[in-house]
Order: sequence, then structure tokens, then C-alpha cells
Amino acid sequence: MTPIDATETYRQEAQELLEQLEHALLEIGHRPGDADLIDSAFRALHTIKGSGAMFGFDRVAAFTHHVETAFDMVRKGKVAATAELVALTLAAKDQMRRLIEAPDAASDADGRAILDRLQAAVDSATVGAAPVESGAAAGPVTWRVRFRLPSGAMATGSNPLLLIEELRELGEATVTALTEQVPALEDLDPTECHVGWDVILTTLEPRERIEQVFLFLLDDMELAIDRVETCDDPPRPGEVLVARGDVKSAELDDALSRQAPVGKPLVETGTLSEDKLAGALAEQQHVRAASAAKSGSSIRVPAERLDEMMDRVGELVIAQSRLKQITASSDDPQIQSVVEEIERLARELQDTTMGVRMVPIGSLFGRFRRLVHDLSRDLGKEIELVTTGEDTELDKTVIERLADPLVHLIRNSGDHGLETPDGRAAAGKPASGRISLTARHAGAEVLITIGDDGRGLDRARIQARAEENGLLAPGAKLGDEELFKIIFEPGFSTAREVTNLSGRGVGMDVVKRTIEDLRGTIDVRSTPGRGSEVTLRLPLTLAIIDGLLVRIGRGRYVIPLTAVEECVELTPQDDLRSTGRSFLSIRDELVPFIRLREQFRTGTPPDPYQKVVVVSDGESRVGLVVDQVIGDHQTVIKSLSNLHADAASFSGATILGDGTVALILDVPQLVEDGRARDDRLKAAG
Amino acid sequence: MKAAMIDRPLEVLTMDLQGQTFALEAAQVREILDLVPVTEVPGSQPFVNGLINVRGKVVPVADLRLKFGMEQTEDTIDTRFVVIEIEIDRVPTIVGIRADKVHEVTELAPSALADVPRVGMRWRPDYIRFIGKRGNDFIVIPDIARILSSGSAEPANENLTLDRTTAGPAVASR
Repeated sequence: MTPIDATETYRQEAQELLEQLEHALLEIGHRPGDADLIDSAFRALHTIKGSGAMFGFDRVAAFTHHVETAFDMVRKGKVAATAELVALTLAAKDQMRRLIEAPDAASDADGRAILDRLQAAVDSATVGAAPVESGAAAGPVTWRVRFRLPSGAMATGSNPLLLIEELRELGEATVTALTEQVPALEDLDPTECHVGWDVILTTLEPRERIEQVFLFLLDDMELAIDRVETCDDPPRPGEVLVARGDVKSAELDDALSRQAPVGKPLVETGTLSEDKLAGALAEQQHVRAASAAKSGSSIRVPAERLDEMMDRVGELVIAQSRLKQITASSDDPQIQSVVEEIERLARELQDTTMGVRMVPIGSLFGRFRRLVHDLSRDLGKEIELVTTGEDTELDKTVIERLADPLVHLIRNSGDHGLETPDGRAAAGKPASGRISLTARHAGAEVLITIGDDGRGLDRARIQARAEENGLLAPGAKLGDEELFKIIFEPGFSTAREVTNLSGRGVGMDVVKRTIEDLRGTIDVRSTPGRGSEVTLRLPLTLAIIDGLLVRIGRGRYVIPLTAVEECVELTPQDDLRSTGRSFLSIRDELVPFIRLREQFRTGTPPDPYQKVVVVSDGESRVGLVVDQVIGDHQTVIKSLSNLHADAASFSGATILGDGTVALILDVPQLVEDGRARDDRLKAAG
Repeated sequence: MKAAMIDRPLEVLTMDLQGQTFALEAAQVREILDLVPVTEVPGSQPFVNGLINVRGKVVPVADLRLKFGMEQTEDTIDTRFVVIEIEIDRVPTIVGIRADKVHEVTELAPSALADVPRVGMRWRPDYIRFIGKRGNDFIVIPDIARILSSGSAEPANENLTLDRTTAGPAVASR
């Protein structure tokens, strides 16, 4: 084990807390009265101060103490969370970061200036006796809804299932049926609903919304809606029962005296029905889950350890398949079953380990809120950031490397793309500009789009600048796509003035380089006056994929299954006919194909029955001629070293069951190659 | 580095390539593998056109024989892969070096090390760090990082790369 460096641990923890603080502050900007957010910000400040003092970060502790004092006023409702106050607290947060990360460079004078301004803001924003309305639109609240339909409700067409469905739509719900009033069979009236329900619901909606669900039955039915406190310490079942009114305090004390667990004795004495006990236990579980979601329990693990773990798992999988091969000839059923068990475990372990590395991109998007906030202030433009697809998962290392390019692209959109408020008014657009950040999966790729509703790219100016800088021959005519790609060339900038944000002509080439390093591509689209859109296509490298294992010559290769549309046989007729241009007719559609045997120069004769694997890069389809389709294969992608950076047909490699290495075909690249070769053939006539 | 700057014995692993003794710095060597299946990488430079599996890692194999103008003979029962870890263009890289036969780990005294002679060499001098002497035998200590660095591609390979961007290999092969 590596020795734990307490200072480093504090730095990491503080880093997280500062992010939490920043997030809370920015949200407070939108919902100034939200008590939960204010609490969350306050807690972060408090912890930074407390552990700072403990680990010897005295300057951090001293500075944070003052900020905390000021913010405590907000928390107690004595001061309103004005935009100014939020901005100053953000500035204070930056000072804390400097004090933690580069204490030598952080000046105390700056710190004092921030504190003075913060004090002034607190003084001016002090609200007399009017406390901030709290809890109104706060975070999710957990409700206990117990209902029983009025008699005759079924006859009038009420359906309890629909009601429960509707409740479920409001939020996270745990439903328990209460069956203790169901009569014995001989007394049962089949037209009545004898079952009651307990629904524990965690929702953002107000209480009225829950009542609305029962709108038409409200008068006669039994309905109780109570708020359940969620806290870090989940309530004990006994307390839950008393709170629900199922058991009286005295009965509980009596039951408790007879030793835990509390439920059993109460049921035995007939004080409590089993359903009600089950309901209480479900509630406890639900509350515990809600609290867990709130505190977001997680641990920090260095990425290298995950890499090591993945390597070990890879070795295990290979060892396991060797074991399988060796035991295949054995007819001892005991050995066979153990081998199967190990195979299943190894695969599950592999999946879990891969899953651990995947991180939703939302963690990255969150960081840009602050960037846009600052951009908006510095540029004097109102900017709204809209993010979608935060759940899209990408390998952690890829996400980390995406941070810089995205910063550059967002800055560029804000600075060059969006017009000034006057300009927007003149163009008849809403005053607030919009930058959108979208992530989604498409086949074997993740697409990340940065869009704005600004003025769009200026074709003429890009052309003029490119000619000036010698990036383009004078008078050259290029399509939109090619011309827009020039903005990613090093040293290219059309900005008339260099601002502190962009215009130096560095930045966009960083974007290009990083994306290329990740084996991704960049598309630019733009409509004059309507805005522009940059799409980053990233392969899911480092991830696990489902692959199709094929044989070409003597080599085995993996084609990402998501790119595969179908497999067809290459008939001898098609094979012979297609000497010049290689096209195949599949259901009356022409699909070009590439003979991989020729492309890879295998020097082997073709198999008599070659197969065509039709793949798609999202836009065009292409057939890959292989000698044999072997089957599907769970593929752990291993990246190739720089020594093979020139082998462009492959996006990586993987290790097969028998321990040999197989290459993974880079489908978009092959499609591109095929197109290029086709064009050459056409040109050669 | 000049041979004169070495002040302590250099620990090396000696191996054979077409009858010539080569040596790799022992500190770089991670392990020695028996002959394992090599996967060919179409379209790569010929002297690094293979991949092997080293404990779950995909590792490129370099065949130094091609860089020293030697004949490529078939693998034998003595063929080994020496897995080394070095920095290539400032990136730590694991590479398997193909050897016809691996001998032993030995020490070369500083006095036994000499710089590469400027004349009378049939190999590119920048590919060799030192020439070691042991008895009447010469030992070549190659500069692996230099050989594998992208900046030292063979002129023939450079042409190939150029062709690929302009007209493509199909034209180059005519």
C-alpha cells in the first residue's frame, strides 16, 4: 500500500467540496430561496474550514471562516442571496482554491479585498424581519401516502392501479399493499376493493400535486399524506411504525422490552398486521436509499489501480479460456460445471471492472456552468447553457482529456458565435444567447455537440483569412465542410481583436490535436444568422465492446458489432463481375465493398465462399469482404502503442480466448479508405 | 551518452541476432518470453509489424534484424522475445525485442565500453549506443529508443508515408 499523504487527501477532498460549493452557488443564482442549496453551500464552507485547520492549512481556515460567517447570515434568512452576494462568494471560492493549490502565489491583500466587499454586500442585503421563504421549491421531499378507496369506487370505474401508476410518475416510489382488511372468502364482495396501499414517494412536486391524483375520490376515500424526514441516519422501524400511527408509543416500548427485532412481537401480539410491518420496513429502505442518493456515497480510487485491475481481469479471462480448452476433452461433469462457473464469474468481473471506469459525462458538463457564468459576465452577453445527455457514459480518461477542448469550443461560441445583446435584438432573437452541450451514443461512437444560436460562421472572412495566412491558395473554392475545418488549423483566427478569452489563434488547434489523439473526428456545421454547431465524434476506446470475429487470410480481426448491419455471401458472380468498381447489390441498393484480403496484402488465396460484412459509419454503408465470419466476441479494447500510429485501419487490439492478439478494425477509417481508393480508380479511369 | 561518462559496470542481457552478439541494458528488461504467436499488423512499418500478448497487455514486437540490414530467417526453438520498457519520444513504452537466442545477464566494465567508430561501420552509427568488448568478441549495445523513435524512419519508409498522403500505396507499388 502507498502511504497516505494527509495533505494530499485534504487537497482532494477540498477540491470536491469546492466543486460542490460552486455548483450550489450557481444554482442559488437561479433559485435564490432554496434552503437545501444554501445549506449545501454552507456545509461545504464549514468542512473546508474545519479540515483546513486540522491539516495545517491555517490561511485557508482563517479566510474561509469569514466567508462562512457571512454565508451563515444567508442561511439564517437574515440576508437575501442576491446575485452580487453569489458572485462575491464565487470569487471567495476562487481565493480558497488558490490558497489550497498555490498558497505562495495567493495574496492576502486580494483575500481581504474580497472579504471587505462581501461584508459590504451582506450589510446592504440584510433583510429586516422578513426571513427568506424556505423549503417552498426545495429539493426532493419524501411523502408517505396511505390510501384506501371509498366503497363502490370500483363500480364507478376507479382503478387503483392507474392511481398508483400516476404516483409513480411523480418520482421515486415504493408501494406496499395493505391486505389486512380483505375479508374471508365467504364474506368477500368481489365488486369492492378491499386492499389499501402505502406509497412512499420521493418527489420534487408539492403536496398539492399528490392530492390532485386523488381529485375525483377525495371526498369519501381514506387518504393520509405525511412528510417523511430524510436524514443521514435512517429511522428505526419502531420509530417509523409510531410515526405512521400503526403502533402507539406505549405498545412499542412494550415490544422493545422483549428484545429486537421490533416487528415480530408486535405482530405476534396482534397489535400490528404483517402488511403494515412490511410497509414500515419498505419505508425505512426507501428513506435510506433517498438519503444515500443525497449524500452520494462514493470512494476515490487512483485511475492506475483501475488499470491494474483491468489487466488482472484480462489475464484471468485468458487463463480461464485456456482452462476451458484443456478441460473440453474431459467428461467429468463436476469439472465441467466448475469451469462454466468460473467462466461466468470471469465475464461478470470483466463487465463490472469495465463499468467502474465508465463515468457519465454530466460530471464534465457540470464544470462548464461556471465557465459560462463567467463568460456571460466578462462579455456582457446573457448566455444560457443547455445540457442534454449527461448520462452518456464514457471512459474516465477520455472524459478528462475532453475538458480542455470543450472549454475552447464553449469560449469560442460565447465570444465569436453569440452576438452582443444589441446585435441579437436587431436580428430579432431573444436577448439571452444559448449554448447547447449535447452528448449521445451513435453506433460505436459518442457524439458530443457544442452548438450556439449566434451569427454563424462567416464564410467570406474565413476564406480571406485563410488566404492571408497562406493556409489556402487564393481563389480556391471549397465546400462548407472543408472550409470550416480550416478554423482548426494552428494560428488561424478571424477575430479582429485579441480578447483575453479567445482570438489568439491557439485553442482550436488544441481541440483538433486532442480529438485526433483520441482517434475522434470533428464536424462543423453553420447557418449564417442561425448559429453554428461543432460535433466531436469519439470512438468508445478503452471500453469493452461486442465484436464480430472474422478471419482474413491467416489473421483474425474484430469488427465492432454496433457498426455491423448484416452479413451476406459474396457470390462467385459478384466476385468476378466486380473487377473494376466493386459494388454489390443488396435489396436493390448499391453497396461498395472493400476486399480486406487485398488491402492487408495477406498473400493467401481467397476462400471459396467469401462473406461480405456490411458496416455503416452512420452515413454511408460499405461491405468488407472477409474469408470467414467466426462469431461474436466480447472485446476488451487495448490501445495500440505509438509505434503503430501509422496503421490507420485499426482502432485498437484485443486478446482472444487462446491468448493471441487480434486487431480491431476502424470502421470509419476503412469506409474513408474505400471511398478514397474508389475516387482514385475513377480518376485513373 | 559517451562511453567515457560511464563510471560503473553496465549490467546487460546478451543475445544473438544472426550470429552477432547484441546486448540490452538489464535494467530495462522486464521479462523473456518463449516463442508466442505473433499477430501481424498490416500497413505498419516492417520492423515493428507484429503484436504479442504479454500478461494481458498488447505489446509491439520489434525485429532489430531489419534495422541492421540482416536477413530474416525462420523462427527456431531458441527464438525469444525480450520484453523491455523504455521511453520512446518521451512516452514510456513496452516493446518486445525479437532475439534469435538469449544468453545471459553479464556485467560490462566501463573500460570494455567504447563509442561507435565513425568509419568502417555498415550500420547507422546513431542506432548504436556503445560497442562492448568481451575477450575477442564484440557486443553491440543498440540505442533502442533511437531506433524506434518516429523521427528515425528509414528513407524507404518515409517515401511510403508520403505516398500514402498524396497518391496512396497503390500508386507507389507500381
